[in-house]
Amino acid sequence: MLGATLPLCYCKPSMSVTSPLISFEHVRKHFDGGRGAAPVLAVNDVSLAIAPGEFLAIVGASGSGKTTLLRLANRLIAPDSGRIAIDGADIANVDLIALRRSIGTVFQSGGLFPHMSVADNIGITPKLLGWPAAQIAARVDELMTLMLLDPAPHRDRLPGQLSGGQRQRVSVARALAARPHIVLMDEPFGALDPLTRDALGDDYRRLHRELGLTTLMITHDMAEAVLLADRIVVMREGRIVAQGTATELASVDDPDVDALLQTPRRQAERLRDLLPRNAAS
Amino acid sequence: MNLWSDPRWGDALGHLPDYLGNHVRVSLAALALGLLISLPLALLARHRPGLRSALLGFASIVQTVPGLALLALFYPLLLALAALTAQWLGFGFSAFGFLPAMLALALYSMLPVLRNTITGLQGIDPAILEAAQAVGMTPRQSLRMVELPLALPVIMAGIRTAAVWVIGTATLSTPIGQTSLGNYIFAGLQTQNWVFVLFGCAASAVLALIVDQILALIETGAQHRSRLRIMMGVIGVVALIAAALIPSLSRTRQGYVVGAKTFTEQYILAALMTQRLQAAGLPATTREGLGSSVIFNALESGDIDAYVDYSGTLWANQMHRTDIKARDELLADLKAALGRQHITLLGKLGFENAYALVMPRARAEALGIHSIADLTAHAGEMSVAGDYEIFSRPEWASLRKAYSLTFRQQRQMQPDFMYAAIAAGEVDVIAGYTSDGLIAKYNLVVLGDPKHAIPPYDAMVLLAPKRENDSALRDALIPLLGKIDIATMREANLRASGNQSVADVAKWLWEKIRAKETAH
Repeated sequence: MLGATLPLCYCKPSMSVTSPLISFEHVRKHFDGGRGAAPVLAVNDVSLAIAPGEFLAIVGASGSGKTTLLRLANRLIAPDSGRIAIDGADIANVDLIALRRSIGTVFQSGGLFPHMSVADNIGITPKLLGWPAAQIAARVDELMTLMLLDPAPHRDRLPGQLSGGQRQRVSVARALAARPHIVLMDEPFGALDPLTRDALGDDYRRLHRELGLTTLMITHDMAEAVLLADRIVVMREGRIVAQGTATELASVDDPDVDALLQTPRRQAERLRDLLPRNAAS
Repeated sequence: MNLWSDPRWGDALGHLPDYLGNHVRVSLAALALGLLISLPLALLARHRPGLRSALLGFASIVQTVPGLALLALFYPLLLALAALTAQWLGFGFSAFGFLPAMLALALYSMLPVLRNTITGLQGIDPAILEAAQAVGMTPRQSLRMVELPLALPVIMAGIRTAAVWVIGTATLSTPIGQTSLGNYIFAGLQTQNWVFVLFGCAASAVLALIVDQILALIETGAQHRSRLRIMMGVIGVVALIAAALIPSLSRTRQGYVVGAKTFTEQYILAALMTQRLQAAGLPATTREGLGSSVIFNALESGDIDAYVDYSGTLWANQMHRTDIKARDELLADLKAALGRQHITLLGKLGFENAYALVMPRARAEALGIHSIADLTAHAGEMSVAGDYEIFSRPEWASLRKAYSLTFRQQRQMQPDFMYAAIAAGEVDVIAGYTSDGLIAKYNLVVLGDPKHAIPPYDAMVLLAPKRENDSALRDALIPLLGKIDIATMREANLRASGNQSVADVAKWLWEKIRAKETAH
């Protein structure tokens, strides 16, 4: 959809046909290590391009810099050097507030406002954008239905009165409320029980396709990344060590990537052995 | 006697609309001003660690200053400020009563509001703040829609603490001229009217509880988003303000104000003067329980119109003289000095309320002590008690020098307790007052002062500069001059320390003066 508006480029055959929607170019970010400690280089010379409509997962251990990369994307923090562009425009030069309102964000533990009702949480960005109240209410009901939450009994509850899975559904609904093209997700399903996690992951994957979203998801769980994402980026100590589809990663010669892939592989094998589909035969 | 059938309850209840109204007015104004200053400062300081610690440090220091001292300090400060504005801008303002009380109490309310607002805002989960940024809130929207609502319970707890503190501390604004529920406590303590003390304490406690509950109602209303509770709370606040304002609106003409210091004799004399003015058809009220240095300044600036002071006090405190002169010379000097400030020294009432060294009669006789001169040899084994100011006054230094007195121990106490202390043998000598009725009651003896080390303390009526040429006022008060002898005053003081109301004692005193008039 975005690619269609861009002219095709005949000048350099090596360049990709569609320009990336989000691009990181040689991005660097460090944090002060606190009193006396050495500064930590959280993101070290990362370059990455995300195409429109792509579902990209960034996988890595904690401290690998994956969350920092996500926070850089909607400029919750600013890079030390390098360029981050969305739709071709350097986000250092755009209206920050408008930028964030145009991007949906789902936080690790939901990040819902505990004093606001479910409906107020979901409708917050439309409200900030000045939508009429009736339109917001309609959008809230539409999104709750989309996220398989019954609007009538849940609309006026506070986040504290919901289950973890319901909270995360509200969080996704809130991210989608103002019809963003980009969704950033920071370990969105990490704290959920496996069943809920599976269902919510599938539901989101469906929405991603149907709404034509571009999704950047952070996770430490390779299985989740393999099941949901089109492409996987593996990070370690602030750098990208490998990227590609699950199949492509399998052929990468790196002990960490190998270890990351081993876990879901072993799980799958054990589960296949333990849960034979046709026990009688 | 049954405590509840005591007529003084009725007397106390009669003062309630005036005292309570004034108390609520000054407390709410102070709280409103305190919030108006503290809340924006707290918001400003939350991201500035330097400003934050400076503010909290300042507010903590203010809190360590005793309430009474803080209130007392604001009076001279405002007085100087009023003099400056009068000089430079051509208008002054009253540094008496409401203004200093409100400012000092507002300052007193700052710590809990500042600390709780800052703590409340800082205690918010950083993940929530990041979410507010990520959904596209501006810093202002984040503050209004997320941070303040989440910090509200902590902020409200601070406001409630401040309210309770201010209402309690406001009882101390009586000595700087702000009528409050403290009038009960100060008057009750002086005249040993425990009914008044109890009544004042209970009234201010009940007021504090009510205000706290109203604020709690608003708080839970905001938390549960219940319009009903918020409305009820707001109605409560409005009702309180209205109730505080109505008595002051209905009482428009102020008339003459007679001041009284913080002891029994002063309450009686102020009541007597007020009754005389009213009898002459002049509207008059009393302003009781004023501090010794506040009352003279209040007269000078016209906040009160008349009061009784003592020549020795004026000599030392207002003229800052340390030499001791003979009675007539001192009086002439005083009259001239007061005249330069356009204060009228109307005349002497007839008795003297001087400091005097007092001992139990039996003990003095046993030791053969007749005057202070005989005390010199025994002072080393004796302890002496006095009120809060005597030991720092020039006559105490002069007394010690003249008779080379060195006591084993010096103790300061509330004047009324001093007599009980000497009667119980807690102390050997007290620096009492010659007009005190308790001297006779406890069978004490006043020791002579052959070297005239203690200056004369003639009671005399002073009039404010603005009443310099007010003949109606003069005519109403002149009949009192020279008519009250020491024996009469002692009896009046003794009666007021019993369970007679001050107003009744003042009436009795007037009857006594009239009887003397007709006898002549």
